Amino acid sequence: MWKWLHPYAKPEASYQLAGKFVPWFSVFAVVCFAVGLVWGLAFAPADYQQGDSFRIIYIHVPSAILSMGAYSSMAVAAFIGLVWQIKQADMYVAAVAPVGAVFTFIALFTGAAWGKPMWGAWWVWDARLTSELILLFLYLGVIALYNAFSDKTMAGRAAGILSLVGVINLPIIHYSVEWWNTLHQGATITKFDKPSIDTDMLWPLLLNIAAFTFFLGAVSLVRFRTELLRREQRRPWVQQLINRHSQARG
Amino acid sequence: MQVFITVIKRELLAAFRQKSDVLNPLWFILIVITLFPIAVGPEPLLLARIAPGILWVAALLSSLLSLERLFRDDYADGSLEQMIIGGSPLALIALAKIVAHWLITGLPILLLSPLLAILLSLEWQSFQATFYTLVLGTPVLSLIGSVGVALTVGLRKGGVLLSLLILPLYIPVLIFATSAIEAASLSLPYAGHLAIMGAISLLALTLAPFATAAALKVSIN
Amino acid sequence: MQFESVSDFLAMGGYAFYVWLAFGVSAAAMIAIVVDSIVKRNAIFKSVARQSARQQRVKAAKEVTERL
Repeated sequence: MWKWLHPYAKPEASYQLAGKFVPWFSVFAVVCFAVGLVWGLAFAPADYQQGDSFRIIYIHVPSAILSMGAYSSMAVAAFIGLVWQIKQADMYVAAVAPVGAVFTFIALFTGAAWGKPMWGAWWVWDARLTSELILLFLYLGVIALYNAFSDKTMAGRAAGILSLVGVINLPIIHYSVEWWNTLHQGATITKFDKPSIDTDMLWPLLLNIAAFTFFLGAVSLVRFRTELLRREQRRPWVQQLINRHSQARG
Repeated sequence: MQVFITVIKRELLAAFRQKSDVLNPLWFILIVITLFPIAVGPEPLLLARIAPGILWVAALLSSLLSLERLFRDDYADGSLEQMIIGGSPLALIALAKIVAHWLITGLPILLLSPLLAILLSLEWQSFQATFYTLVLGTPVLSLIGSVGVALTVGLRKGGVLLSLLILPLYIPVLIFATSAIEAASLSLPYAGHLAIMGAISLLALTLAPFATAAALKVSIN
Repeated sequence: MQFESVSDFLAMGGYAFYVWLAFGVSAAAMIAIVVDSIVKRNAIFKSVARQSARQQRVKAAKEVTERL
């Protein structure tokens, strides 16, 4: 497998490879979003308890799942970068962190907008919301640390180490928050039952999860390519690539 | 092992020469704890109710104040580079520095804790629990903090960034420590909380020195 | 179709404000990250092009001075 992978460790090759995936991911993301959102918003049945407010689930759940997925992919990349010293892995860490932070923000915001009609408050210290908030802090920490270094090679490695420390802590934080929450269960919070998901509700949800996944893939690959160009800008292959690009444009 | 002891001795000596680095965080924790009764009112019942939270948040903040000195001076005078180039394993040196840091900053908080308990009108039971959680929890603060310091030591404005990076990681310790004290104040058993805190300490003890060493190598480059 | 008319759809069974707020802010955030990624990409393209143009000018100037 390493022999097969090795050619892609060359910056130019990984730039081209990433470029091949971007249009596909973008198209899939747009199609899945179009179908999933129209289906979820207009055709899926309303929840019998929560009415139409439950339709927020079609962005809340995918963004929450993918915010954690993005963090784990970032940690895997950081691990690869640290152990095998592959610099593209560190660039991926830098590329995916802002997208993950946006997903976390979306999960928090939609959670609040869903909570207001259901719980009667914009914010309750619910276990899942709290750990999502802490996840946002971890993302912002990685981004802030990356931006603090002027040498981007160092920045990538430092951000990688921090995201690994974060990923070891995440389960501990998650379980401690959950446990803390059961301890302080206030009487004001009436927990609603999880909507028993009917297949008409499930399909659009799965489609939206797929859409968020492709969106994450497309945007983080675009950012990855930008990062690659920025760090390699003195190399001849970048110069050639840009010259070809500007000639093609006019 | 020889290196380990030498580093600890050297750190302690440096701390005794610069006493303000040790005393200022303690002074800070005292002031923070004085502010709360002034802000929320001096009723002993209310104070005892919120004491665990105040005490631990104050401990977290004061540990942030003292963390920066962990590697700052060694970075500035270049001895950190010598340690990396020198033959002994960097993780061991890092561990020695963390232990020394705990002796300088964690231990004094423990010694100060009876006074803090009196100020916050804690019962004897709650004070015992507070003491145990401080024993198990403050090493975690030094251990996790050292990773953050190692990552930011090369930066000119590392101070604020450091607190943003490591405060979220302190949350589990905060949760278990405060709930252990609360359980104690209700005369409930809290050995389970302490066991989990011990587990967190051990995990941090095994992993943090290596993460610190890796981070230092990045920062020095 | 769960809704009888467009206005019915927009009303979201009385939860219009919350549902459209959630969807609107999410869309804005996602568009923002896409725009940011594209702007950064174009910026790096431009800066590299500018640099290589400058290098070529320097090279040309050197050749001229050498000939003199």
